[in-house]
Amino acid sequence: MKLGFSAADEAFRQECAAWLQEQMDGPFADIRGITNLVSKVDRRRLWEQQLAAHGWSCIGWPKAWGGRDATLAQQVIFAEEYARAGAPNRINHIGVELAGPTILAFGTEEQKAKFLPGIAAGTDIWCQGYSEPNAGSDLANVRTKARLDGDEWVVNGQKVWTSLAHFSDWIFVIARSEEGSQGPKGLTFLMMKMGQPGIEVVPIGQMNGEAEFNETFFTDARCPADSLIGSVGDGWRVAMGLLAFERGVSTLAQQMQFRNELDAIIAAAKANGMASDGVVRSRIAKAEVGLRLMRYGALRMLSNTDLSAIDGAALTYKIQWATWRRDLGELAMDVLGQAGEVVDGDNYHWPMLPNMYLFSRSDTIYGGTNQIQRNLIAERGLGLPREPRGNL
Amino acid sequence: MEFAFTDEQAMIAETVKAFFAENASSERTRAAMAADGVDRALWSSFCKELGLAGIGIAEELGGAGLGMVELSIVAEAAGTHVAALPLLGLAAGARAIALGGNTDQHQAYLGGILSGDILVAAVEADAEALHFADGKLSGTLPFVPHGVAADLYVIASSLGVFVLDRKAAGVSISAQTTMDQTRPLAKLILDQAAVDRLDDADKAHAGFRQGGWLCLAAEALGGSQSALDITVAYSKERVQFGRQIGSYQAYKHRLADMMVDIEQARSAVYWAACAVDEGDEEQALALHSAKSFCADTYRACSGHMIQLHGGIGFTWEHDAHLFFKRARSISSMMGDSEWHRQKIADLVMGAAL
Repeated sequence: MKLGFSAADEAFRQECAAWLQEQMDGPFADIRGITNLVSKVDRRRLWEQQLAAHGWSCIGWPKAWGGRDATLAQQVIFAEEYARAGAPNRINHIGVELAGPTILAFGTEEQKAKFLPGIAAGTDIWCQGYSEPNAGSDLANVRTKARLDGDEWVVNGQKVWTSLAHFSDWIFVIARSEEGSQGPKGLTFLMMKMGQPGIEVVPIGQMNGEAEFNETFFTDARCPADSLIGSVGDGWRVAMGLLAFERGVSTLAQQMQFRNELDAIIAAAKANGMASDGVVRSRIAKAEVGLRLMRYGALRMLSNTDLSAIDGAALTYKIQWATWRRDLGELAMDVLGQAGEVVDGDNYHWPMLPNMYLFSRSDTIYGGTNQIQRNLIAERGLGLPREPRGNL
Repeated sequence: MEFAFTDEQAMIAETVKAFFAENASSERTRAAMAADGVDRALWSSFCKELGLAGIGIAEELGGAGLGMVELSIVAEAAGTHVAALPLLGLAAGARAIALGGNTDQHQAYLGGILSGDILVAAVEADAEALHFADGKLSGTLPFVPHGVAADLYVIASSLGVFVLDRKAAGVSISAQTTMDQTRPLAKLILDQAAVDRLDDADKAHAGFRQGGWLCLAAEALGGSQSALDITVAYSKERVQFGRQIGSYQAYKHRLADMMVDIEQARSAVYWAACAVDEGDEEQALALHSAKSFCADTYRACSGHMIQLHGGIGFTWEHDAHLFFKRARSISSMMGDSEWHRQKIADLVMGAAL
């Protein structure tokens, strides 16, 4: 057990930190620090391509597909330095962290050749079509239909909460390919081109005044017959395999954003005198501890090479960070006081901390609500009886 | 960077788990609780057969080498069974002597301590309660863990870190009836008692705290995991309204919350242990985090254990109260969680104005 990094890793840290700093000080200074998924998209597409041009777009991938075969330690370091440099949230996160690894794990050689280069080059942006109005927590209740029509799949239905859909090039969807099937059976995992006439994207207004999510409607949308990953009816297994990639290194970059938020709270407390309040100090200390434990929990799960064993750190990670950030939002507003509840100008558009306070209410919902997480932890981690399925 | 046990560490973990599972039974712990809180036979096997007392003490001083990660592994396993052992005295006291003592002091004390022949108790004292002059210490120390059972005391304070022989003139020891009977407290009254002040007070005090805080945090981790495991097992056996009680969400969700905290507690203990072993500049932050987070987790988990067992969890016969009381005593000892959090706040935002 060792936390320190080797000299070679520290040299790697210097290398990527220097490059990122240069980019954020220079050609891409205008997109520094953007954390949302909607601002300056054209510039951020160029940034993805700049990363690719210098070999930083997907360092954990195999060299053969545009990656660097980076070690775990290098991936950790890059994620940390990326966030430390204030580089913007990756708009190609879903392509690099989810679609790519899924295609690498389950795709054919033809599919790898067709899809991976565009992701690695930063030219193809991906989004994810999982949730539906009646398939949220109960994800297996997908009703979007896919039927084979000659050499094409034809898809009809609706997805919801699709971040990035308004400018993505590709979407992966799970759809019901077997008429009359229920639950996880009879689903197929398809990769579809966005921007076609059969796909309509409608943004959803959020309680913080932003619109980062969308409804995505499929009306006779089409893709070639060989666009499926795995086999027909095997989509659930692929989708679940993909969720395992989601606990990857990207969580470390997210933690750096949390770091910035906590630092902003400390700065605000010092500025308005709350920093001398013992209760506030205690709450800040608690937040600091929680953030550190998130990092070491992530390093534990990344260091775990025995993927067959139940990994407690991985299983509990989502509820841990989501709850931590919701509490951080409460702390932020308690420190800011009423000044946090007003904003200059006519726009209902909030600075970092009040916006985080509002946004964090989604953290404990998306990607599996805290309640669903507790069911998963109890059933998978502790071996308790599964929730019985109703028949309404 | 590899935040997982090495093969050797995994082997140590397996060995100590098996040792405590086999020997630290509820019956034996309860027998020790009725006496002075030390299971002598268990302690003897621990020191002599397994040679575990020397873990974290350099080999040239007669220890087993290794570091705080291994010490934490041992303390976690002992905590799993609420074993009635003077582990805290060893972790804090022997480390203080090893790091802060001179050659004479090493030779005088470490041999007997590491062989298990000399039982050491460790206590942190407020300097205002003590008076030290001419090699003599006076004052009252009301809460000395395992104070009646001990042969030797290591007393850490801002006046220095002192080693005191139980048989020294001017020492009077009286047992206190203590809520946690697995680590009973004693009152020590010192009247001009001869003490040996460890040569390097700063190193001794730092070592005392590293060993003591980590021991308590790791014990709390092991105890919390036990509280969860025992309650999960019970929830699968117990049937009410025609269902296993562990199938109800109200029950499941509380168990899940326990697991969420325990996983963080595990990260905290081994982060702090590595930070000390690697001389990391953030080790103070790590140690305060581990002690406060693990103590809080243990109190919550052992409380849930009682609630989720229903009436049987409130009985003397059931072991739930052993965990609950150990959690309480760990929480109060060597700085409560609030004290540690204020230290953390000082580290991350500067001292309060």
